[in-house]
Amino acid sequence: MADLTLTVDGKKIAAPAGTLLIEACKNVGIEVPSFCYYPNLSLQGACRMCLVKVEKMPKLQTACTTVVGEGMVVTSDSDEIRQARKSMVEMLLGNHPLDCPVCDAGGECELQDMTFSYGAAESKFMEAKNHKDEQQWSPVVFFDRPRCILCYRCVRVCGEAMDVWALGVQNRGVSSVIAPNKQDHLECEECGMCIDICPVGALTSGAYRYKTRPWEMKHVGTICTHCGDGCKTTLGVRRSDTGMEIVRGDNRDKSGTNSDFLCIKGRYGFDFANHEYRLTQPLIRKDGKLSPATWEEAFELIGKKFAEVRDRDGGQAIGVIGSTRTTNEESYLLSKFARLVLKTNNVDHHSTADFPAFAAALRDKPEATASMADVFAAPAILLIGNDPTEQHPLLAYQIRNNVRLHRSRLYVVNSRPIKLRRQATVFAQVSEDNGEAAFVDFLSKNNPAPEPLGMSGTTTGVLEKLRETLRSVKDLLVVFGSEIQGISVTSLIAALPQAKFICLADYANSRGAADMGLYPDLLPGYHAIAGRSPLHEEWGVPDTAGLPTSEMFTAAKENKLKALYVVGSNPIGRLNLNPFGFSKAFLVVQDMFLTETAAIADVVLPAANAYEKTGTFTNTCGDLQLVKKAGDVSGTKADFEVIVRIADAMGFDIKKLIPFGGGMHADMGQSRGAQSGEADRHAVWLEMHGLEPKLSPLDPMAILDEIQRLVPGYDVSRMNLLAGNSEHTRLDKTGAAVPQQPGPILPANDTLFTSGTLGRYSRALNSVIEAHEIKPAEVAAD
Amino acid sequence: MKFSDEFEQRFAEMVPHYPTKRSALVPTLLYAQDEVGFLSDDVIAEIAARLDLTELEVRNVISYYSMLTTKPRGKFNVQVCTNISCMVRGGEEILHHCATKLGIGHKHTTADGLFTLEEVECIGACSWAPAAQVNYDFHENLTPEKMDGILDNYKKKAMQ
Repeated sequence: MADLTLTVDGKKIAAPAGTLLIEACKNVGIEVPSFCYYPNLSLQGACRMCLVKVEKMPKLQTACTTVVGEGMVVTSDSDEIRQARKSMVEMLLGNHPLDCPVCDAGGECELQDMTFSYGAAESKFMEAKNHKDEQQWSPVVFFDRPRCILCYRCVRVCGEAMDVWALGVQNRGVSSVIAPNKQDHLECEECGMCIDICPVGALTSGAYRYKTRPWEMKHVGTICTHCGDGCKTTLGVRRSDTGMEIVRGDNRDKSGTNSDFLCIKGRYGFDFANHEYRLTQPLIRKDGKLSPATWEEAFELIGKKFAEVRDRDGGQAIGVIGSTRTTNEESYLLSKFARLVLKTNNVDHHSTADFPAFAAALRDKPEATASMADVFAAPAILLIGNDPTEQHPLLAYQIRNNVRLHRSRLYVVNSRPIKLRRQATVFAQVSEDNGEAAFVDFLSKNNPAPEPLGMSGTTTGVLEKLRETLRSVKDLLVVFGSEIQGISVTSLIAALPQAKFICLADYANSRGAADMGLYPDLLPGYHAIAGRSPLHEEWGVPDTAGLPTSEMFTAAKENKLKALYVVGSNPIGRLNLNPFGFSKAFLVVQDMFLTETAAIADVVLPAANAYEKTGTFTNTCGDLQLVKKAGDVSGTKADFEVIVRIADAMGFDIKKLIPFGGGMHADMGQSRGAQSGEADRHAVWLEMHGLEPKLSPLDPMAILDEIQRLVPGYDVSRMNLLAGNSEHTRLDKTGAAVPQQPGPILPANDTLFTSGTLGRYSRALNSVIEAHEIKPAEVAAD
Repeated sequence: MKFSDEFEQRFAEMVPHYPTKRSALVPTLLYAQDEVGFLSDDVIAEIAARLDLTELEVRNVISYYSMLTTKPRGKFNVQVCTNISCMVRGGEEILHHCATKLGIGHKHTTADGLFTLEEVECIGACSWAPAAQVNYDFHENLTPEKMDGILDNYKKKAMQ
């Protein structure tokens, strides 16, 4: 829209018609204070802090509800305005308990800041304060009523942004109070958005309250380790007896693709890291029992055994199962380690989406993948299968708010009445018997809709009309779940040539594991083992395709597979395999906990999790993001280091595995201290251009160089990546090979409150599950 | 939850008059309260379901309006105005008189379930202050004696 010009504090500014005065001021750096105004939520005009003087208007106006007008003359600061704001703060403090020294929000409280900037040092109120005891509304939400300043941000974010509507306002005037939907407790998605958005300490989190003061933590913005959406979560860490303890997760760093959003897992599901069952020492089986050992003993034993099996029985007698929660660097390194050092193609991971078919169908279609940011902007979205509210909370949030704020049209095709149908323009319920795949088949042809496809009121007419709409709609974004696999992926992409696509996988780095070639017959970048690629030339790859997980198990039973290396995965538990099947094989498991698989291992190595290491994750859309080290538990090691040390123990030349030691003119730290801004910039520049001296083979950035060079689509801007942005990787130049014998693609079936092994050891998540009486699967997936 | 035919007829007629269903909430609540006597949990659940609202939203509105109640009231709800006009003309005495006569305080109900007493803000009858409202009937230019007669009449009505 055309820009209007107005004057604020004597300064001529321009803003598009329809802009709120408060936003127009903010855009040119004029601060107008407010409590109740929050971008992208409905307007409230409750707090009266944003009062400004608009010429020709009789009284002071609220800048948050006033739209800019041509020629408007505004004053944002004057004695009158200052006096008005001062009175507002005085009123808010009238019944505020001023228990800042013990309040969770103390030090990061908007009321404190406002009082400091605009408030009065004295108060005219003599009345006794009206005290109410704090209430626990759910395992994670606490409410301290006297601290509440009634800005209604929590009510609006819960209803409008989350579509949960669990919070309301009861009574009127001075007796108004925020109320939960079940009278004395909440029944909701436990996302904690209300806590994050609360400007004061009225809503506090069960996971963090009274644990520490905000200024005693260091805050690290990293990528969440739970689902495949790739939200940025800010972890507050504090020194502890065992290293660095993560004490809080929140969304303080709003720079991620998730902007304001974070679900319960990203916010509270970090506590598995400090669980009492966490392994912190390697275990070696001696006389049938797992006994503590040193890392040296463990590496020596593994190195000897792996080399022995490889040299005696050949690489095909060794299997490797990778993880969907390790970094790209670790998955790539594992993939390379298996092929180069162990000389085997028996490599697999828990696939939850058909990325090989997806990449193959997108070959030479450069603009056909979408990033998570696109979901918030696309004018039309088709969602086939999956239940994003449960399995991809950020995706659901982006879709929901795109519909709410941009009037995007949503078409939902699902066999179940998922929650997002509430935002849908068309909800087509299809048969539970592979209805989603049948819909794709119907979409790609011109025949009439088959009778048994539509369910619960979805007639053949509805389906045919939907097909017509989808074919004609411009800028369509298609999001599909694991219901669509193999040939259906190909037909879907062929049927909608104008669309962009997102293929949904379930774990934090499922996409990375696929892109990095944790497949028995594919290398990184979906290059076929049997084909040719720069990777083949650099690596030297065993010729024949390897075995998928299920066949490795069969081979182990037949005593053909003699060693198995499992990194951050629990195939025994997940696939319900007979644990005795591996009794003859030498089994090495690297994990945080003694899972069903680790319990039968010959050597168990205590691994660090994604919150305790550096590297990159690729979310399900293909957005590459930097993972930063936040916590630290002594005794554990990152999977990256472990793989390098095993290769070393096998006598392998590490330089062939990791391109380190490029430059030796390194600044060894003298001028790089955190105290010296100038020197830090120097370091950032070097890192940005991939020139920092990778001094040891334990530096994941050395492998990132190789990934960027050899994995198609990963040649993105290193500068943007390091700046904390997400960089979209493309799939149009991959090897585009499809597995000869595709392994099963099994969804993780995690819900909003479960997260495989991580969720099993998270007290916060378990307490919510108990409160909601949800039964998780008996054996957690990875 | 079942309402009378009369309620159903009114409800069916009223809803289409509003641009969105939720707009019919306040009148629906009033009709339901007149019929049931108060807004019970069942009534709230039923109305929420009919108007596509959450029970919380219905409760929010009920708690906002003092004329809506979630607690049972007596058969006759005696609402005595003590706002400015009534106050200067003796409204507080009327309230006090009622409290003594009925033996109850603000928002309390007599043991026989006949009367609930309530001190209310302006009921728009300033010209004839002091005034009181019993259910939907107005009583004006009150004196303690006149109030006695009014209350006795209601009591008699209840006996019939």
